[in-house]
Parts: sequence; structure tokens; C-alpha cells
Amino acid sequence: MRKIFLSLFCCLALSFCLVAQQNSGHSHDGHDHSSHDHSGHDHSGHDHSSHDHSGHDHSSHDHGGHAHTNNITTPCGSAAQVIHHEGYDPSATAIHHISDANVFTIMDMIRIPLPMIIYNKDRGLEFFMSSKFSAGHHDDGHYGYKDYVMMHGNIHRLKCPGFADQDHYEVAGFDVQKHKDAAGKDHETPYAIIGGKAYEIEQKTIWDGGLLGGGITSFYDLSPTKNVVSMILVCLLFFFLFRKAAKAYANRVGQAPSGIQSFLEPVVQFIRDDVAVPFIGEGKYERFFPLLLTIFFFILGLNLWGQVPFLGSVNVTGSLTVTAVLAIIVFLISNFNGNKHYWQHIFNMPGVPWFVKIILTPVELLGMFIKPLTLMLRLAGNISAGHIAILSFVGLIFIFGNAGQSMAGSITGVAMAIPLTIFMMAIELIVAFVQAFVFTLLAASYIGAAIEDHDHH
Amino acid sequence: MNVTLIFLTGFAPFQPTPGLALWSLIIFLLFWWLMSKYAFKPIMEGIKTRENSIQEALDEAKKARAEMANLQSENDALLAEAREQRAQILKEATDTKMAMINEAKEKAKSEAQRISLTAKQEIENERKAALTSAKNQVGTMAIDIAEKLIQKELKSNPEHEAFVSKLVSEVNLN
Repeated sequence: MRKIFLSLFCCLALSFCLVAQQNSGHSHDGHDHSSHDHSGHDHSGHDHSSHDHSGHDHSSHDHGGHAHTNNITTPCGSAAQVIHHEGYDPSATAIHHISDANVFTIMDMIRIPLPMIIYNKDRGLEFFMSSKFSAGHHDDGHYGYKDYVMMHGNIHRLKCPGFADQDHYEVAGFDVQKHKDAAGKDHETPYAIIGGKAYEIEQKTIWDGGLLGGGITSFYDLSPTKNVVSMILVCLLFFFLFRKAAKAYANRVGQAPSGIQSFLEPVVQFIRDDVAVPFIGEGKYERFFPLLLTIFFFILGLNLWGQVPFLGSVNVTGSLTVTAVLAIIVFLISNFNGNKHYWQHIFNMPGVPWFVKIILTPVELLGMFIKPLTLMLRLAGNISAGHIAILSFVGLIFIFGNAGQSMAGSITGVAMAIPLTIFMMAIELIVAFVQAFVFTLLAASYIGAAIEDHDHH
Repeated sequence: MNVTLIFLTGFAPFQPTPGLALWSLIIFLLFWWLMSKYAFKPIMEGIKTRENSIQEALDEAKKARAEMANLQSENDALLAEAREQRAQILKEATDTKMAMINEAKEKAKSEAQRISLTAKQEIENERKAALTSAKNQVGTMAIDIAEKLIQKELKSNPEHEAFVSKLVSEVNLN
């Protein structure tokens, strides 16, 4: 056991040193020193030439103090140049790593193109592969396809018409312009630099009404992204494992469990005896038990999948979208199964005077919606926070190493980052199980509350 | 705009995206259906079957143990009874033996008495017979002697002969 730990430790140290050295080597390569690097932990071996095309950053995260930016005045091609932001930005790096993308990047070396499905009001559904963009460093596309470009692994559409009939054109880089509107509100305008000119691009497709830096766009990106592919893989893996166990039950009737059967059985029995039966009730839990098991293994599988380091911190259960879907399913299941007593308790709490009901009913009604909301936020927050913590600790190497320019600093960073990262990963392993368990437990308790028989009163 | 909002603005994981929502809904529902039908159902049935069989086996073992205990007590009772019977039989045998011995002793005693009585009588009879014959012989001899004597002296005197016979009969040999 100690040997395994030691070898693991050495491997980690070696890979970190390699990363640091590569970065320091890169800065002495004769490239301009302003060329920034906000790479994460898995950058060993990226293509250096990509920096010629994609030196950029979210200026909102840029604390390098650079005043000069391109001044975009029109969506269609103000004169502009690629601006290289200096310094390493840990928060931008961390967020980039845990964000969804239209390309599956492994160790920043292998980029697996994913299918693109885009609905566009003008042209209808469009299907193509994300290899059209030829994503490079930071998952920025080197090329544009029609009026789509890939910035940070996400598809954006050029606001300027006239690109729709182009199939292949070079994109030099991306940046974001910050400006204030008349009301003094901050705005960010992302743009792509094509042929020495800056073209304004639309935000990502986000259903947030512009609250979280997105908005309803003129196109919908319905592609199976990195997160979707992860979900499919994890679901297939679990389906395969469970099918194997299910077959074993059919083939080994009356025998002791063996193999995967003996691993899954205690978990299934735990969910039944400690979650389903106590919260929903003996005799009534069978209807909801498959849902609870599905939720548990879906979340657990994806939590653990996100823990595999070289896969680039796939953050499926940390995406609010995914947890929202789960929470909505739990909300619908529990409310559609709600019995008379459940609704009575919300709208007309028995045994309570009328003036209390005036306060209580809105509170109960609100609680109905807050329950799934907390489910959604708890899971997404916990998993995202864990990923950010790990990536921040890894980022120490680059902060101490002055973005790869100081070997001694890198080594100090490595010495600090390894124990912290191992500690954080161990904690995250617990969190993966705990969050899956908590979500299942609360889902069971909400369903149980909705179908509970009230003999008292 | 404060720092928190700027952070959230760029915080892509918390941005709701339609593609991901659609896909995760489809995948989850499919996963739910597939797992319920092809995995959880047979697994739950398998677990239930085994749990039932374990419960049955436990119940049976309990029953068998109870039966065993029952059998044991029966055996004990039988054994005790057998032991009692043996003691009874032994006692009876001893009694019979004693009775037989006593009986035999009595019999032997009475037989011996009877034999000795008969023997005494026989001896008495024999003695009497012997005495009678001896008396007769002695009488005859005495008569012979007396005859000869008298013949010699008296020469066939019947008075003498009667007198001698009278004398002989008067002789008491006892």
C-alpha cells in the first residue's frame, strides 16, 4: 500500500516537473515574453505554434493591468490585432477546465472532435463535426465554419453577415471588450479576429435571460458536448456492469454473490434499507426504488468520472444544467404523486388558525419550489467547488513558477501542490459518494413526504 | 458591478445551456428506463429470492432444532422407562431365584425326612422280621436240642414237648 502511494507520488511529482519545465522552455523559445500561459495541470506537450493564433484571455479576469485593447466600433470588422495578455490567471484556467466544451480534450494533447448539432433560425438544423474548427490551445478554433467560430470550446456565431457561405477561414484569436453602457452597466463584447479585423460574435446559447453573461441567441447549440459524451459513457458503463450483475442473479440462483454482484449488491441494499424504506415506507418504496437507484448511480458515476485527472476535470454533476434536470425530475415525480394530505398541508394546513395560514401557505408553496432548487444548487456547487479547489492547488505551480519562467519557483510550487492536491482529491472522493447519497436521500424524503399517509390529526 | 457577479458572469458551469439540458434529460430518462427494466428488476428479484431462501433456511433450521430437542426428550423418557423395566425385571428374577432356592430347600428337607422315616420303618420291619426269624430258628433249634435231649431222656413225651413250646414262647427276646 505504501509502495503504491510512493509511486503515485513520484509520478505526480515527475509530471508536474515536466509541465513546469516545458512551460519554462517555452518562454525561452524566442517567443515574445508577453505571450501568456494560463494553462492548467495537463498541458504537457501542447503545440507551441498555437500561441501565434490564440493569445487571448477573458479580460474580465485579467489582472495584468493592460490598458490597451482593441476598440470595436462596428460588428463587421474594425481594424484590430491579436492581443497577448500577460501572466497566468488561475481562476480563468480553473473555470475553463470545468466548463462544458464541444471538443473532448485529454491532457491538452488529444482533442477528440464531437458532432455538432446547431439549430439556426435562418438555415434550420445543421450537422457537422467540431473538427471543422480545428481546436487548439485553450480549445479555441483555428478556423471558422460558415458563420460559426469556436472560442474556449464553445460555439459562437459571428454577428456580421457574409460569412454564411464560407466553409473554411482562419481565425487569428479571440478577445473580449469591456465597456459601460449609458446606464453605467458593464458589458462584455466578445469578438474574433479574422484577417486583421475584429468581428463581434454572439454570446453562447444560454437560457439565463442575460443574467449570467449569456442570452437568447440567434442559434441553439444542441450538440452532444464533452459533458454529454461523458454522461453517455458513464451510463453505458453502469448499464454494462448492472447487466452483468443481473445476469449473475439469473445464472447463479441460490448461490453466494460473486464478482461485480458482490460489489453492487451492498450498495443497492444500502439504498433500499437506509434510504428508500425509511423515507418512503415499506410496501410503497418499490415504485420509486428504480428512480432512486438511477439517481444515485448516475450522480456517483459522473462524480467519480470527473475525478479522473487526465480527462481534464469533466464537470457534469457540477453543471447547473444537469443538476437542474435531475431536480426537475424529482420535483415532478414527487408532486405528481402527491396525495390529498400533501396538498392539504401546503394549501390548507389542518389544525392551524386562519391568520397563520395566510403566512404559512405562501411559505409552504415557496418551499415546494425551494426543495428542488436546493437539490440543484447543492450538488452543482459541491462538485464545482471541489474541481476548482483541485485546479487552484495545481495552479500554485504556475503561480510560483511565474507562469513557467522560474524553474525554482515551479519546484516550490510542485512541493506545495502535490500534498494539497492529494488531500483535496481524497476529500473529493468522499464528496463524490456523500453528494450522490445526499441527493438520493433528499429525493426519497421529498417523494416520501408527498405520498405519506397522515393518520394523526 | 461587484466581484461576485463578475465571477458568476464568466462561470460557465452554472450557465444553463439548452443543448446540455436536452441531452441530459434524454440520457437520464433512457438510463432510468433501461436500468429499471433490464438491471434493477432482475437484481431486486434476485436479492428478494435469496433473502427469502435465507429466511426459509433459517426457519427450517429452527424447526429442525426444535424437532431435535423434542426427539431428544422422547429418547430420554424411553431410556428412563427401559432402565426402570430392567430394574423391575432384575428384581423379579432375584425374587424368583430366592423363591426357587427356598422351595428346593424345603423340598429337599421334606424328602430327606421322608427317606429317613421310610428307612427307619424298613429297618424296624427288617429288624422285626429278623427277630421273628431268629426267634423261630432259635425256637426250632431249641426244640431240636430239647427233642434230642428229651428223646434221649424222656423219649417222645408230649407233655415235655408242650411244656418246652410253652417255655419257648414265653422267652422274651426283646
